[in-house]
Amino acid sequence: MVDADTSDDETRKAHVAQALLIRGGRVIDRTGERAADVVVAADGTVVAVGPDLDPAELGLEGALELDASGCVVAPGLVDIHTHLREPGREEAETVETGSRAAALGGYTAVLAMPNTEPAIDSAAVVRQVLDAGEAAGLVDVHVSGSITVGREGHALSPMGEMAALGVRVFTDDGSGVQDDRLMRRALEYASGLPGPVTLAQHCEVEALSEGGHMHEGEWSSRLGIPGIPPEAEELMVFRDIALARLTGARVHFQHLSTAGAVELVRQAKAKGLPVTSEATPHHFTLTHAEVASYDPVFKVNPPLRTADDVAAVKAGLADGTIDAIATDHAPHTQEVKEAPFDHAPCGMLGLETALALAITELVEPGVLTLPEVLATMSWRPAEIAGMADTQGRPVAPGEPANLVVFDPAEEWTVDPAALASRSRNTPYAGRTVRGRVRHTVRAGQPTVIDGKAQR
Amino acid sequence: MSRSGAGQRRNLLSIADLGPDVASGIEEVMALTDSFVEVSERQIPKVPALRGRTVVSLFFEDSTRTRLSFETAAKRLSADTMNFSVGTSSVKKGESLRDTVETIEAMGVDAIVVRHASSGVPRQVARWADAAVINAGDGWHAHPTQALLDCYTIRQHAGGVAGKRIAIVGDVKHSRVARSDVAAFTALGAEVTLVAPPTLLPPSLDGWPVKVSHDLDSVLATTDVCYLLRMQRERMTEALIPSLREYTALFGLTPRRAELLPEHALVMHPGPMNRGVEIAPEVADGPRAVIVDQVRNGVAVRMAVLFLLLGSGTEFGGDGNG
Repeated sequence: MVDADTSDDETRKAHVAQALLIRGGRVIDRTGERAADVVVAADGTVVAVGPDLDPAELGLEGALELDASGCVVAPGLVDIHTHLREPGREEAETVETGSRAAALGGYTAVLAMPNTEPAIDSAAVVRQVLDAGEAAGLVDVHVSGSITVGREGHALSPMGEMAALGVRVFTDDGSGVQDDRLMRRALEYASGLPGPVTLAQHCEVEALSEGGHMHEGEWSSRLGIPGIPPEAEELMVFRDIALARLTGARVHFQHLSTAGAVELVRQAKAKGLPVTSEATPHHFTLTHAEVASYDPVFKVNPPLRTADDVAAVKAGLADGTIDAIATDHAPHTQEVKEAPFDHAPCGMLGLETALALAITELVEPGVLTLPEVLATMSWRPAEIAGMADTQGRPVAPGEPANLVVFDPAEEWTVDPAALASRSRNTPYAGRTVRGRVRHTVRAGQPTVIDGKAQR
Repeated sequence: MSRSGAGQRRNLLSIADLGPDVASGIEEVMALTDSFVEVSERQIPKVPALRGRTVVSLFFEDSTRTRLSFETAAKRLSADTMNFSVGTSSVKKGESLRDTVETIEAMGVDAIVVRHASSGVPRQVARWADAAVINAGDGWHAHPTQALLDCYTIRQHAGGVAGKRIAIVGDVKHSRVARSDVAAFTALGAEVTLVAPPTLLPPSLDGWPVKVSHDLDSVLATTDVCYLLRMQRERMTEALIPSLREYTALFGLTPRRAELLPEHALVMHPGPMNRGVEIAPEVADGPRAVIVDQVRNGVAVRMAVLFLLLGSGTEFGGDGNG
C-alpha cells in the first residue's frame, strides 16, 4: 500500500531513495519466525524489526508503507540458475526482462548462466552482463563464468580474471564437462583462486544422452521419441563426486533429476565431501507423462522424469541432500518452441512461478515447512554462490534490506501472457497455484509493489 | 477418431483415436473398406462421395507409396487433392511448421494428410488446424492407416485377426508401423510377439500387451502371421547390430526359416523391402507372402478413413496415444 503522502507522486516511490515501513507481516529468516513490522532506511539498511513500529519515532519521516498483512516477510529469494540470454539471444530474454521476471517472482538476486552467445568466458563478457544488471536495477545480477573456453570442453577459460571481477561460480551449464582430466584440472585450478569459488556441473554424459529428447522409459517408448537414460546424469554425478574427493575442491550439482543422482549426492554428503546440489521446480512438479501432448513446452534438460524420480527429488529436499531450489529459467521464443518436439530447444520459464510451486508442491503436502522452503530458495543458495554477505541475511537491524513479501495462501492461475519474461514458454499455463509475491525490496528500494514491477 | 471441442473436426492421429472401443472402430473401417474394395474393382473406380472436398498431402518426408495411396484414395472419392511436399515448398526457406499449417488452412482444406520424420507432428498440426488431420506416419510413433490395411489384409486372408498369433520381427524400436500394428492387432484380440535383438526393442515395454522373443526360430512354428519390419542400414553405425549379415543370419526370414512356419501362415511387410536382408527374395515372392495385397488394400482402407472423417455424419469418440 502506498500512503497518501506519496501516492500522488508515482515516480518518487521507485526512483528516489526513501525509507520503508513493511507493516503487519510475519518475518521468517534463518533465525526463526515472529510477527513484526520492518523499517528500512533510505540507505537500504534494515533499522528496526518489531511490533507496531513507527518510522517517525525512528527519525524517518515520510516512509513509504508497504502492507504485509497476511504475508510472510523474508530475505529475498536467490536463484542460482538463471538464463538471461543476453548477450546473443535478446529475442528470448534480456538482462532487463529477466530481472523484472525475477523481481516479480520474489527474487533479489540471480546468477546468470554463461551459455550466452558469446559464452561468458572472459572478463569482457562478465563486465557486459554485470553492467546490464546494474542498469536494469531490479535484482542483483551475479554472473557465472564458463569452465572451458566457449563452453566447448577443450581448454580452461580464464577463471582468474573472471574471479577478480567477483565471479564465484563456474559452470559450462547447458552441457557438462565431458573430459575427465580437464574437469580434474579445472577443480584443482579453481581451488587455488583467491576467494572461494565453486564449480557447478550440468551432469550429462553426452555419449549416453546424444540424440535423446526426453526421459528414456515408458513414455519415450510409447511416443516414439528417442530417450535420455537417467544413467547419463548419474555417471557424471558419480565422476564428479570422485573428483571432489580427489581434489578437495567444491562441486555443486545443478538440477538433479533422478533418484539415482539424489542418492549419490546423499552418500557423498554422508562421507563429508564438499558437494552441494540444487533441484528445479519442474523436477519436483512434472513427470515425463506430460510429453504425451508432444508440446515442446515440456522439453527440458535434464528431461522430466518418472513419478519415482519426482518423489526422490522431494525426499532429497526434505533431508537436505538437495540444498537449493533453482529455477533453470530458460526462455525461448514461441517460434522455436513450436517446432517438432525433436527439433525444439530445451528449457522452460521458472522465475515467476518457482515460489508458488514450492508452496503448492512442497509446503502444502508437508514435504517441507515454509521456513525450510525459504532456506532452499534464499540463504542456502546465497551461500553456495558466494552471495551470503548481501543475500539471505537475517531480517535484522544493520542488515541489507533484500526482502520478499508474499501471501502464502493467495491462489492464482498461471497465465503465460501475464508473465514479465520476454518469452512465454511456461509449462504451467492454466495451472492454479498458491502463494503470490506482493512486494519485493532490493537494497531498500521496492522493485515490486502490490505485484507490479516498479521499473 | 477424435474430435476436439464441440466442432465436427475429427482426426486419425493414432489407432487410439478409433476408440473408446478401438476394436469396433477398426471393424467399422473394415466394413467400409469392403465396399470401397468393390468400388476399386469397377471399370471406372470412382464415386462422388467427397465431391467438393479438398484433401492436401503435407509430406515433410519422402514417401512415394503412401502419398500416392492417399491421393489415389482421395481421387476415387472425387475429392480435390493438393500436394505440398517439402522439396517444392517454403519449408526449405525456413517457414515454421505452424506458418505452413496456417497457410494451408487459409486455402480452405477439409483434410490434411501429414507425414513427418518427427514423432508428434500430426498432433501439433491438429492443434493448429481446423481441418481433419490424418497421420500418414510420424517418426517412430504411429502409422495408423498402415495398421488398418494390415488388419484388413489379415482379415481378407485369414478370416479375422482375433486369436491370431502374430510375430512382428525386426526393428521395433524405430518403427511407427510396429507401434500402430501392436495397438490395432491387440485391440482385435491377436497375440503379438515382438522378435528382435534387445537393441532393436523399445527401452520399455511397460503397458504393451505383447510377448518378447530374441529367437525367431523358436517362434515360427506357432506363428499365423509373420510380419517383417524394414531393417535400415544406418542401425549398424549406431552399434545396434554388428552387421546386416549377422542380422539376416539371426532374424532374416530365409527360405529355411519360412519352412518352419505353418502351412497357412501369412508373410507380411510394410515395404519397401530390403530383399536379402530381413526377407529372402524367394520368400517375398512365395506363396505365403501377401505383401502386394497390403499395398492394394491400402487404397481402399484410406478411402474408408477419408470417407469416415469427411463424408459421413458418423460420430466417433475417444482420444489418446498409441
